[in-house]
Order: sequence, then C-alpha cells, then structure tokens
Amino acid sequence: MNLFLKLLFRNRLAAMGAVVLGAILLLVLLTPFLPLQDPDVTATADRFKRPFTEGHLLGTDHLGRDLLSRLLHGTRLSLAIGIAAALIAATIGSAIGIIAGYFGGRTDNIIMRGVDMLMAFPYILLALAIVAALGPGLMNALIAVAAVNVPFFARNIRGITVGLAGREFIDAARLAGMGHGRIILTELLPNVLPVIVIAMSTTVGWMILETAGLSFLGLGSQPPQADLGSMLGEARSAMISHPHTSIVPGTMIFLIVMSINLLGDGVRDALDPRLRSGALSRPRATTLVERQGEIPEETDDLLAIKELETQFHVGNRIYRAVGGVSLAVKAGECLGVIGESGSGKSVTALSVMGLVASPPGVITGGAVRFQGEDLIGARYETLRQKRGDRVAYIFQDPLSTLHPLYRVGQQLAEAIQSHHKVSNAEARARAIRLLQDVRIPNAEARVDNYPHEMSGGMRQRVGIAMALANEPDVIIADEPTTALDVTVQAQILSLLDDLRRDRGLAIIFITHDFGVVAQLCDRVAVMYAGRIVEEGPTQAVLKAPAHPYTKRLIACVPELGGGRRALAAIPGLPPVVDNLPEGCAFAPRCDKAQENCRAGDVTLKGTAPRAVRCLYPEVAV
Amino acid sequence: MPALKVTNLAKTFPLKKPIFGPAPPGVRAVRPMSFEVATGETLGVVGESGCGKSTLARMLVGLLEPSEGSIEIEGRALDNADPAEFGKLIQYVFQDPQSSLNPRKTICQVMEAPLRRLYRMQKPERDKRISEIFASVNLREEFLDRYPHEFSGGQAQRIGIARALAANPRIIILDEPVSALDVSVQAQVLNLLADLKAQFGLTYLFITHDLAVVEAVSDRIIVLYFGAVVEIGRAENIFANPRHPYTRLLADSAPVVGKPLTAPEQKGSELPDPLNPPPGCAFAGRCPRATEICRADEPKLTEMGEDQLAACHHPLEG
Repeated sequence: MNLFLKLLFRNRLAAMGAVVLGAILLLVLLTPFLPLQDPDVTATADRFKRPFTEGHLLGTDHLGRDLLSRLLHGTRLSLAIGIAAALIAATIGSAIGIIAGYFGGRTDNIIMRGVDMLMAFPYILLALAIVAALGPGLMNALIAVAAVNVPFFARNIRGITVGLAGREFIDAARLAGMGHGRIILTELLPNVLPVIVIAMSTTVGWMILETAGLSFLGLGSQPPQADLGSMLGEARSAMISHPHTSIVPGTMIFLIVMSINLLGDGVRDALDPRLRSGALSRPRATTLVERQGEIPEETDDLLAIKELETQFHVGNRIYRAVGGVSLAVKAGECLGVIGESGSGKSVTALSVMGLVASPPGVITGGAVRFQGEDLIGARYETLRQKRGDRVAYIFQDPLSTLHPLYRVGQQLAEAIQSHHKVSNAEARARAIRLLQDVRIPNAEARVDNYPHEMSGGMRQRVGIAMALANEPDVIIADEPTTALDVTVQAQILSLLDDLRRDRGLAIIFITHDFGVVAQLCDRVAVMYAGRIVEEGPTQAVLKAPAHPYTKRLIACVPELGGGRRALAAIPGLPPVVDNLPEGCAFAPRCDKAQENCRAGDVTLKGTAPRAVRCLYPEVAV
Repeated sequence: MPALKVTNLAKTFPLKKPIFGPAPPGVRAVRPMSFEVATGETLGVVGESGCGKSTLARMLVGLLEPSEGSIEIEGRALDNADPAEFGKLIQYVFQDPQSSLNPRKTICQVMEAPLRRLYRMQKPERDKRISEIFASVNLREEFLDRYPHEFSGGQAQRIGIARALAANPRIIILDEPVSALDVSVQAQVLNLLADLKAQFGLTYLFITHDLAVVEAVSDRIIVLYFGAVVEIGRAENIFANPRHPYTRLLADSAPVVGKPLTAPEQKGSELPDPLNPPPGCAFAGRCPRATEICRADEPKLTEMGEDQLAACHHPLEG
C-alpha cells in the first residue's frame, strides 16, 4: 500500500489531480456545516449579481439564488450520483463479465451477445430512452447512466477472466473441492479486482459528465434541486448577458473530471505490475554503459568477451548478473555456455550486442571485441549495422520471436533488406533458399505461411534461417532447443552442426543440457552465479570435471540407460546475485568447502585450454 | 486389485459445425486406451507435445469429461464428474509450479483449501495436518504466511506437492513435475517424490517428455504417439529393447554424453495433422519399416516378449 502511494505520487500530474480532487471532496463533505445560504431560496430582486458582491462570493443566478451555495450542494449531488453510478455499473458489469468469462461456451455467448446489443446503441440515446421510459428524475438518471456503462465493465472483466480461468491454479482449486461460486469469489475476484479498480477510476469522470448531460437536458435533477448539469442548463439562456452563471458550474465540472482522470491514470500506472519492477519507460536502443576501470586490450579471436560485467539496478538493489566473464570464439568453433537459470548465461549473450534492457541493465565493465573492435559503448548505428548482420541471435521460443501477423517470408526478407539493398523479388528468392538451407520441406509454399501455421520445430528452423539471412560470422544461440521435442531437437542440433562446418560459423551455444553440449560443442564454459567456474575442451571437462559444482551438476543429470535409481542432488539453492557471499559463490552448497573458500576472491586458473575457479579442484588442471 | 484401471478411455474434441454441410468428425486427442496401474507402482507416460498426455491426465483427475470409457480407482468406478469426489482419491501436480498457485493467496490459504473443502476439518486440526505435511516435504512453516511469488521454482513445486498430499489421495498424477526446474533442483524434487511414495504408500502416474527422468523413476512406461499407446513395457527394458520403431526413434534422439551427434531421421518429419488423421498407423509417414499394410490397418497392441506390448505390424527384433 505504501509502495502504491509512493508510485502514485511520483507521477506529478496524478498527485495534482489527487490534491484538487481531495480539496473538492473535503469541501463538499463539509458543505452541510458551512455557514451557507439556502441554495433554493429565491430572491428575484438580487438576480444576476456579479461574483465578489457583498454576501454572494460567486454572485447569484437568474432567480437570485446564491451561486456558491448552489455550486457546493450541486457538486455534492453530482459527485454522489457519479460515484454511485460507477459502483453500480462496476458491480453489475464485473459480475456479468466474470460469469461469462469463467463459464465460457454457451453462457458466454448468450451474455456477451446481449452486451453487444446494448453497445450497438449510441450511449446517450440509450440513456435518453431509459430516462424517457422511467420518467425524469435524478434516481432514474443514475439508473440510466449505470446501465449504459455496464457493457464497458462486462467486456473488460470478461477478457481478463478468460485469461485467468484457463490458469492452472483454477484447476487446482477445483481439485481441492471448491465449487464454482467459491472459485469465482475467492480465486478469480481477488485477481480481477485491480482491473475493476482501474476501470472504475477512469470511468467515474465520464459518469459525472453523463449525469450532468442528462440534467442539462432537464432529465436529471428537477428544480429547484441543484446539480452541476441543471445549473448549466438553467444558465444557458443568460450565457451571453451573464456568463458567470455558466462559468461557475462549468469550471467545477472541468476541475472534477480533469482531476479524476489524471488521478485515474496515475492509479492505473501504479497498479500495473510491469511498471512496479522499474521498467517504467521504454527500454533504450542499446544497453546503458557505465564502465569503470581499464578497458581490456584486443585479442586475435573473432569474438572476444573480456572481463564483462553487467548489472541490474532496481531501486537500491544491484544485481550482479554477470561478474567478470571472459569468453572467446574463433571461426568455425562452437563454444558451449552451460549453467542453471540465474547463472547469467543469457545476460552475457545479450550484452554482446547491447541487447540487455536498460533500465534496469547497465554494463559496468569489460569489453566485447568483434574482430578487434570494441562493441561496448559503440554508437547505436554501429551496433545496429552489426546486429543480425555480423552477429546473429537464435532465441529459445520461436513463437514469441516471430511476428504473428507477418508471413515468415516477409520476416526473412525484412531481415535481409534491413542490411542490404535488394529488390523484393530477390529478397523473396533468398528467403526461399534460406528455408531450403534449414531443410524445410516444400520451401516455396512454406514461405507464405504465418508462424502459427507451423509446428515448433519448423518455427525454430525459421528462426535459424533468419539468423543465417545475412551470412553472419557469429551466431549466439540461447537455448534454441529447450522448447522442442527430443526428436525435433536432434534434427535442429545436427542442422546447426552441419551449418557451422559448411560455413565456418562461430557458435556460442547457451544451454543447461550436458548431453547437448557434449554432442555439439568443442569447448564448454560452466557458469555459476554470474561467473565462469570452469572451462575447457568439452570431452575433458565432462570426463574429468575439476570444479565440484560441475562434477555434481553432471551427476544430477539422469542419463538414458541408467535404469531405475535415486538421483544425486545438490542441496540448497543458487545464490541471489544481489547478495553474493564473500569468496566462492558455491561454498554454501559445497561439501568440500573450507574456511578460506569463504574468505577471499577465488581466481580462475589452470593451464590453457583448461581453467577452474576453485581452491580445492577435483583434479589438477 | 489395481490402484487405477482405465478401460477404453478416449476423448474427442468436437469441432464447430460449419453453416453448410455435416459436422466434421472432431479431433481425437486420446484414442481408446486401456491400462492398469498396480498399487505402489510408478507408471511413466512419455510422448512428444500433442500426443495426448495432458488430455489423459486431465481426464484421470476429473477436470475433463471422457468421451467414452471408464476409470476405476481401487475397484470403484468414477463416473460422476464431481472433482471433489475425485479429489480425495486422485490428485494432480502441475507442470508450472508458479502458475498453479493463486498469486493473491498465502501458502496457508492454498494449503487449507483441500482440508476444508474435502475433509471439512476445523482450524486446529488443519494446522496440525499442514505442519505434518510441511515436515514431510521439507518446507519450513514460516513459509505459510508468504505469497507464491516469493518462492523459487523448486520450493513452489514442493508446495504444489504438499497441496496434493493434503487431500490424502491414493494416486498422484505428476504432469511434467520437474521440467520447469533446474537440473540441480530437479533431482531434489524427484528424490522427495520417491520418499513420499514409500512413506504414504502412493501410486504415481508420471508424465514427462524426458526419457532419462522417466526411466529413472518408473516401474513401467507407456509410450504415446498421436493419442494412442504404441508401446508398454518395463522401464529397464523399453528403451534398451524397443519393439516399436517410434520408441527406438525417441531413445536415439535423446542427447547422451559420449554419443556422436546424428540426426536419427533426416527428413523434416512432422506429427500427423490431427484435423486430417492418416488411415492406418499414425507413425507410418515417419517410419522406415512402413509397408502397405501400415497405411491401411491400424495395428493393435499385442504381447511381444515378457511384459512388453507394442502396436506395430513390423516390430523390431528383441
């Protein structure tokens, strides 16, 4: 709650709205106790007094009634009606939406078609029709405004509920023996409540306007009772001769609606979970660079990551996702990077081309040299030219990396044309050739498919084809087969292996699967808590792991053909990188750890090509 | 008496009837299948995405109504689709531990639900039961007041297992319980499951796509392909001596340290289209041994060797 208020008031406009609305609310709450004149007592002798005249701070209207008193009483009424209408519309609309979204099928169909029918009428016409049927009067205006807004809530909440109703925790609740009513009340409602609050905060303003509109037409509050709409309506005839009678209620409507809308936007922003994590703004085009210390020298590798440090700055916390990683690949070489989730392997990969989202990501040290040129801190245009052209990525989930609304051929052509000036026909021909290269059968027809028309394996082939589109020198593959079935994975791996042999591609292959690394990679680097703990030729590392973590991680992986058995496990959890222990990060889970493991920094040492970051390695390297 | 007996269980999802013309036949997500699970046994179910393993699991726990066939638990037929009745006998552990916990409920509220709804326990009784369960899954009781997002994947999955245990079921369906977890944590959860089984005399149905995991934890294994059982056998035998060419393909595709990289099939092979299923054996299009009869006749599950059944016209030699 405190966090919510802090976020809300960080938005200055919302804070201003809150102050104005608060002042108005305070004023109308105090109205009955203020020494005001009776708002309904007419004094025709005093009609159309200007503001700031003796006894009438805001002047008087066409019947000589005190405008200040009428304004405050009118605002009180208008606000009450608006908020009541919003509450009624939200309750009924949300109930309809939740029921339609939860039960789905025919129930959903019937309810939502009914709602559609309501929405097919222009809302003011509908409100007029309702008031016409019920007769003029404030209560009837309230009913009309609420009824007109029910569809808005129903549709909004139904959409959210449909998404939630398919979630596993709803199934779990059903298995725990809950009935439909209880699931709706205790499982669904708490999850849609923030959306209801947001929708309400943005619609109260409209509802006040709509009620004022009905009153303006004489269908809402009846004389002599004042509300903002009827005050405007009565002042209409004197608008030219005595403008203050219209300006006073008009300004009040303006202030109320404006402050409610600003506050409502602020509430929406503050409740949105995406904004809470600090991603308040659009990420920058490249990762923010704030390097301290020396910039490492260049080497003769094709791509060399040197002492790279990438951090995430969230609030006061600093997450050291990558803490000084050095890796290098030569042409035609495949380097495996292995680690568990949170070990920093993906952040390392994304840092290469400045693709880590900033904020919150910051590269705080090291260098990434591609053919000698430092990419960290390079100008955006330099990076953009190299992205996808010299260094290409393949990501884990091809369904989320391909655009769902474009044909795969168009997306491949776009990848080519953003780096090379070629005609559309030429780009399409190359797209077909690329699809053939990744062994998609019937490529001429498949090029016109949308991503959803392909299977997971096919989509990942398209992802690989896109990475190959500009014949890059380096491909960084971030868990490209994790989402795929084993038979498809085997096909994709052998495809990647052929490609690198045929084209001399360098591949950085990120995975958590030792079997995959063993089959594909020449060298492997094992990461733990943002640092490399061991590296060396794949066969050597897998046969004789030197770091206790590597050894025990390999033991955790069940292998086919081992039969039924208890599996080895590493007790405990990997450390959170905003609070790394002193010394070796693995020491708390390691059964060989000594006092000095927890004391100072452990360096990565050994004779090339092997190295290990351990004081008591399993084998000497 | 088997703990779980499934007879001719099948699920067909109807397709929308077009405005003109007759209704299409519908998607047969699970073709009629029969199997038994003995008390205390772990039956592994493997297959690739789209083979019907999740549909099968959801029918077994009563979240989905079967189109035909019956389910018996310890000799009692479960024909009513009341999840509460199912809940006391058979429970479910979900693949994604985070999304199976309501983000706006504390762990305590999550744990109490089955005790209150299924067993109508009072507060002191519930607290006692929850602390017993938490002790057996190695979770600290201070976790009870926290919300799901505060837990790592492995802890959340243990909470999911604890919730399933709270219903005191005879059978637990484990639907890819470790595939969202890291390797080092995966083993913790698998070993915990083995301990719990011994402690409470449970019966497991373990669904996964990971052959090595299923082999390590199962007594017997069912291989599914395109909604049908293609092979059943003992865990130690089925991948070493597969009879069905699909089982062989699965076993050959699993990456193993020390095995050279070869693609077991070179063509861009695909699962058959569920909207337009092929006649005969569904695997015929990918099978190197397929002949005319495979494309015409659907093979039946037949006994091949000890405790091993396969549905193939041209089975591999043992």
